[in-house]
Amino acid sequence: MKIHEYQGKTVLARFGVPVPRGDVAFNADEAVAIAQRLGLPVVVKAQIHAGGRGKGGGVKVAGTMEEVRAHAGAMIGMTLVTHQTGPGGRVVQRVLVEQGLSIARELYLGLVLDRAAGRPVLMASPAGGMEIERVAEETPDLIFKEYIHPTAGLETFQARKLAFALGLDGPAIGQAVKLAAAVYAAFKAADASLVEINPLILTGEGDLVALDAKLTFDDNALYRHPDIRELRDLGEEDPLEVEASKFSLNYIRLDGTIGCMVNGAGLAMATMDIIKIAGGEPANFLDVGGGANAEQIRNAFKILMSDTNVKAVFINIFGGILRCDILAEGVIAAVKELSVGVPIVIRMEGTNVEKGKQMLRDSGLNFTTADSMAEGAATVVRVARG
Amino acid sequence: MAVLIDASTRLLVQGLTGREGTFHAKAASAYGTTVVGGVTPGKGGTTHEGWPVFNTVAEAVGKTDANASVIFVPPPFSADAILEAADAGLALAVCITEGIPTLDMMRVLAALKESSTRLIGPNCPGLITAGRAKAGIIPGHICQPGRVGVVSRSGTLTYEAIHQLTRLGLGQTTCIGIGGDPLIGTSFVDALGLFQADPETEGIVLIGEIGGTAEEEAAAFITAHVTKPVVCFICGQTAPPGRRMGHAGAIIAGGKGTAAEKMAALSAAGAHVVRSPADIGQAMADAIGA
Repeated sequence: MKIHEYQGKTVLARFGVPVPRGDVAFNADEAVAIAQRLGLPVVVKAQIHAGGRGKGGGVKVAGTMEEVRAHAGAMIGMTLVTHQTGPGGRVVQRVLVEQGLSIARELYLGLVLDRAAGRPVLMASPAGGMEIERVAEETPDLIFKEYIHPTAGLETFQARKLAFALGLDGPAIGQAVKLAAAVYAAFKAADASLVEINPLILTGEGDLVALDAKLTFDDNALYRHPDIRELRDLGEEDPLEVEASKFSLNYIRLDGTIGCMVNGAGLAMATMDIIKIAGGEPANFLDVGGGANAEQIRNAFKILMSDTNVKAVFINIFGGILRCDILAEGVIAAVKELSVGVPIVIRMEGTNVEKGKQMLRDSGLNFTTADSMAEGAATVVRVARG
Repeated sequence: MAVLIDASTRLLVQGLTGREGTFHAKAASAYGTTVVGGVTPGKGGTTHEGWPVFNTVAEAVGKTDANASVIFVPPPFSADAILEAADAGLALAVCITEGIPTLDMMRVLAALKESSTRLIGPNCPGLITAGRAKAGIIPGHICQPGRVGVVSRSGTLTYEAIHQLTRLGLGQTTCIGIGGDPLIGTSFVDALGLFQADPETEGIVLIGEIGGTAEEEAAAFITAHVTKPVVCFICGQTAPPGRRMGHAGAIIAGGKGTAAEKMAALSAAGAHVVRSPADIGQAMADAIGA
């Protein structure tokens, strides 16, 4: 789960990471009130779940109250397009208004799980303010890493090594060590999967401050963090995906015309792949879960048919122990109830597969059955073209 | 022979009295697996479907000589269940549960380094040695004793591959679902090593997916250590970057972990990489002869 920058800063501040003073505003009046509390200058920052906001006009410095009002007014409601939002962009609903600070240096600090090593890795770079992926590509020697022991945790010397590698000196070394410890504490306590501070700045006064904060949390651990779960902003998510998640359906909307309904994440991805190979474009990823019962089939059809791009549906269910006659019954009932108008191609494996196919053929509805994934994919691509 | 699980396996079911545990214990037993009992804290001393139930894994091992366990307990309790299996000295622990917090698994994997227990999973369908024994949820009837080892990060896509091998008469030795989470107990490299050493296994099917670097590590291992034909399919060739595709571990992050990179690495290692999931079985038939 992702959260906004201002929420991330609140979480980090709770663990002792220095962040600029600031607050969130939902309209220009609120933005001005915050600026009056903070004093000028302030920075107005659009809050969306994507990076690269500055380049798209989503970060502006304001030296007067009129500028605060103008920037906040212009940003709230605007569609911000960045390299991470996709071409459609994201509508800005809220802005962060925070104190403007003098910047002497821009650094990078990130903490993420290294899957291969099975432990978190703390990364620091003097090339802050740039995309870290680009730094990794172009100047990998400017990224310094410390692997954190899974149970012992981050050691002081590791943070110190990074601080010296960043070229810090004097009191900033001690500050960096404290800050790194606070970032690790937040990561661990909140079950984060990513904490990224880019840039981490050294101010003109010689203080380290987190000027940005990107936090992502482990969805599997949200059950034990009700406070974090509350930070979810449904406005940042696709409405159909939000609806699907209420039914415990794993749905991701894509750009194509062939709706997919599959049991299991791997088979669902493979079904998208084989549709593409057959010359079509999948409209979605949809995993209905291992069981694929009648209720889930009905919910899945509701979601699929809400996407008006869908011209045909490919149902690919490998049940194993699943009874295909029961599955067919569920599909027929759902199609009738929801008046699904597009052609449907079904490939299923399990027990009673012949009986299930016969039921579909006898239903009088627009079903085509297939004996294999490849045959099903070829057929659905053909019928989708009409 | 085959690997990890066979007629000598004495299987314990952690979470036996739950719905899933009960269902799959019966299925495993019907398949010929020696299921020796279950563990449900607080229900020790009772029997369930004819099997003795124990409060702790250690007690169960003492009374039944179990050497493996399959874990069907909810995510908040799974890390503890795995560590209890390891503490009791079981050679094999298979965790089916999906949804275990990553930091819990990090702790578990660190602790397992100090034990002799091999963990399969979590978030996996478990494993099956065709015609002999199974631990987990892979349907027995789609398997046929044969010549091919299967290792996969997926569940139902593994069944698809198994099904193709059975249809072509190649059959399987052992099929291992290693799981779709970012942190798992047994890697592709581990499984490849086991299959390479198993005299019954003539060829290996490896099914990977987007996210992480496990397939690249497998490619390096194949180059150095595997002489048997390996057929690979990587799912998620059409997956958008930055989105988690169902499995917690299936995500292209920062432009890394794409199917294209993995397919290129495996091809360079000499594996037979198929683009279509429909071609897995046939590619293996071509490689080892039908």
